[in-house]
Amino acid sequence: MIPGAFDYHAPGTLSEAVTLLRQHAGDAKLLAGGQSLIPAMRFRLAMPPVLIDLNQIEGLEYVREDNGHLAIGAMTRESALEESGLVQSRFHLLADAARVIADPVVRNRATVGGNIAHADPANDHPAVMLAYGAEVIALGPNGTRAIAIDNFFVDLFENALAEDEILTEIRIPTPGANSGGAYVKMERKVGDYAISGVAVQLTMNGDTCTSARIGLTNVSPTPMRAKQAEQLLVGQVVTDERLEAVGAAAAAECDPSPDLRGSAEYKRDVTRVLTKRAIRQAVERATS
Amino acid sequence: MSQHKITVTVNGQAVTQEVESRLLLVHFIRENLDLTGTHIGCDTTSCGACTISLNGRTVKSCTVFAVQANGGEIETIEGVAQGGQLHPLQEGFWEKHGLQCGYCTPGMIMSAKHLLAHNPDPSEMEIRQAISGNLCRCTGYNKIVEAIQYAAAKLNQPTPEEVPA
Ligand SMILES: Cc1cc2nc3c(=O)[nH]c(=O)nc-3n(C[C@H](O)[C@H](O)[C@H](O)COP(=O)(O)OP(=O)(O)OC[C@H]3O[C@@H](n4cnc5c(N)ncnc54)[C@H](O)[C@@H]3O)c2cc1C
Ligand code: FES
Ligand code: FES
Repeated sequence: MIPGAFDYHAPGTLSEAVTLLRQHAGDAKLLAGGQSLIPAMRFRLAMPPVLIDLNQIEGLEYVREDNGHLAIGAMTRESALEESGLVQSRFHLLADAARVIADPVVRNRATVGGNIAHADPANDHPAVMLAYGAEVIALGPNGTRAIAIDNFFVDLFENALAEDEILTEIRIPTPGANSGGAYVKMERKVGDYAISGVAVQLTMNGDTCTSARIGLTNVSPTPMRAKQAEQLLVGQVVTDERLEAVGAAAAAECDPSPDLRGSAEYKRDVTRVLTKRAIRQAVERATS
Repeated sequence: MSQHKITVTVNGQAVTQEVESRLLLVHFIRENLDLTGTHIGCDTTSCGACTISLNGRTVKSCTVFAVQANGGEIETIEGVAQGGQLHPLQEGFWEKHGLQCGYCTPGMIMSAKHLLAHNPDPSEMEIRQAISGNLCRCTGYNKIVEAIQYAAAKLNQPTPEEVPA
């Protein structure tokens, strides 16, 4: 299907992009990888009168370690995460997720910034970034500001950016000693969104979990942390019984809706099982 | 601002055309340039029949606007054979029966070509992963995997000049 007509701008710099956003406030949408926006436009679910393409702006595609955190440029393609030695060796939760987002051709185009800015609970990065306790950097007419990921997802498809702000970077704190993470996703087939997905990042002291953050994919209207589950895990020895209780808590606090991927009960139960699996994997990585 | 003059290099040849901003790249390729080897199989960015190479990376051309390709380089299935000679991948699909109806084949070959350019000696699993964004409703994939293995082996053979005398 053919999208509605729109005016197209391809600014060469971020400041031009911010100016354009301001000029067309309310009408303009940013175009990153287009792998969520263009399908929505083809179905006329989105009909923005103005598109501002970020693809001509240089210097927004990078993955690097900057004093105490991993910095990911907003226009970094998903495929670049898969190819990054740094991500593969030190950021296992992110590496797990990068492999299961969409399919390899979509990943060549889709961006990390777009995945997060879209604020779609079905996307995998929101849960991952919630588990990492990441920070989003936004640029607007008055300069840049940092937004804690816990405050970023406001509602379904709604983020905390102002109309004239652009997400420019995501910062993930470098995991400390004895910490580990994992992402476990269940999908019907390659390239599909999750039935449920669980992201865990934790720290261990011997057998005891000393800190943990858990993010859930596609089982709530807004990307969410499983805070009850986290509370049951932190300060505890990670035994099978403990995992059972933590999984049950995640299943109880999520809020899935029934659809083609299954009933709400089914998705809750998948979340319970995946929570246990993700924690086991994260503990193994933290302690090896 | 909804009309744009774009210049794109397609299979080595520069073309300049006026396009509407909402024109999808796949329609530009098929309808404006008459290169109908690139197919359209879905409305949801799922099937990969429209896979082409844009600036050295495969993309689903139904999910990029033509105007975004301005200044870029495109390769489609029509650019794969050189000098009337089938590419080893095309030969492989022929020899190993890598196609039945052929609808998915152009996209499959573009994805396979991208794989072999980055990983000349892929494992079976790596091949299966590399074509996992391309759907085939006919072959069951095994023959496609064999076709790609055939091409990898052929491309890895030393050329006659490289064979020590
Ligand atoms: C077949 C298919 C399967 C998929 N499967 C998955 C999956 O399993 N898991 C998954 O996580 N995703 C999946 N996706 C979605 C894909 O990863 C998208 O690319 C991603 O959600 C959006 O990234 P994008 O760069 O394409 O953004 P776009 O589509 O360009 O933009 C999405 C939204 O974010 C806004 N935006 C983009 N960049 C910025 C920025 N820098 N600042 C502010 N706002 C911005 C845009 O205005 C738009 O509203 C799939 C997509 C397809 C087509
Ligand atoms: S036509 Fe199906 S992915 Fe492009
Ligand atoms: S050969 Fe028919 S779809 Fe692949």
